[in-house]
Amino acid sequence: MSSNVIDAPRSNSAESPKYKRSKGSGSSFEMFAWLFMRLSGVVLIVLIFGHLFVNLMLGDGIHAIDFGFVAGKWSNPFWQFWDLAMLWLAMLHGTNGVRTIINDYAERSGTRITLKTVLFVASAVIIVLGTLVIFTFDPCPAGAVVDLPSFCPVP
Amino acid sequence: MPTKPAGTLYRGREGMWSWVGHRITGVVIFVFLLVHVLDTSLVRVSPEAYTAVIGAYKNPIMGLGEAALVAAIVFHAFNGLRIIAIDFWKKGPKYQRQLLWGVLALWAVTMIPFLIRHLTIVFSNFFGGH
Ligand code: HEM
Ligand code: HEM
Repeated sequence: MSSNVIDAPRSNSAESPKYKRSKGSGSSFEMFAWLFMRLSGVVLIVLIFGHLFVNLMLGDGIHAIDFGFVAGKWSNPFWQFWDLAMLWLAMLHGTNGVRTIINDYAERSGTRITLKTVLFVASAVIIVLGTLVIFTFDPCPAGAVVDLPSFCPVP
Repeated sequence: MPTKPAGTLYRGREGMWSWVGHRITGVVIFVFLLVHVLDTSLVRVSPEAYTAVIGAYKNPIMGLGEAALVAAIVFHAFNGLRIIAIDFWKKGPKYQRQLLWGVLALWAVTMIPFLIRHLTIVFSNFFGGH
């Protein structure tokens, strides 16, 4: 009956494929990453469901979205911080999730390091860009004419 | 010769397919989010640029795409809660299969009113105008 017993992962026994990866570093990073996925997930449900409800269900839904709609939301610090939290948590959660997937499928160390470098650079660029956009946003840009929110001074 | 483990506790059953679904939806949402932050950043370019690009999200084809995205998020979110229950609740592993049926039921209960509202907005505005 021994063939029905499933070996512990990475045990290098005759039945399980040889484990070729180097040993972990022994730090507790992976434990915190695991915990972060669960905590951020719970918070993200509230943030993302709220975002989708306000942007797709209320008023005229997707048809109401234009520059003035965004200006209206981001003139309120409440929505600025809502979007900031959603940006950071979703990006860190998603980046860590994709990191796990790369670790699972990329067998060679070189491939793994390359893919993760691309992932981390892309994520960092998006997080910085998204943060700057929220806080440098100008609801009444000079010279603009279309779709301005109603509170902008008439030119 | 090394052989595959013979266990079928997990392979090919609800546990495995929910994991596949969670993985695929996670990647899809992540890719969407990268593009979404880029298109939102057009508000810093000009109101015209933002409104023009966002206008592309309003035709019926994109409306169906948004519905699919929301379907993926709602599954990932509820199944994420199931994963948390399996990890932290004593009886979670035992009831993981029943929990998955719960996830699918909640998913349907959330999606039906969402689809009615969203598709009404998408199609009535497209065919009927304002
Ligand atoms: C089709 C569905 C969606 C629509 C129509 C939509 C629309 C918008 C709009 C109009 C904004 C501008 C600011 C605001 O309204 O708060 C925005 C920003 C944002 N959305 Fe969405 N969204 C959708 C789905 C999502 C999803 C699924 C996520 C998360 C995974 C998300 C994450 C964000 C983030 C992080 C920002 C801030 C971007 C920045 O910092 O520049 N959105 N979205
Ligand atoms: C809506 C609330 C969400 C909840 C409750 C949630 C929950 C979870 C949980 C519990 C995990 C499992 C982590 C593990 O196995 O250690 C996970 C994985 C993952 N999530 Fe989410 N998540 C949410 C939103 C998101 C968003 C917005 C993204 C993309 C930006 C995302 C992308 C991923 C990815 C790529 C994985 C890895 C999948 C895998 O390893 O198979 N999730 N999520």
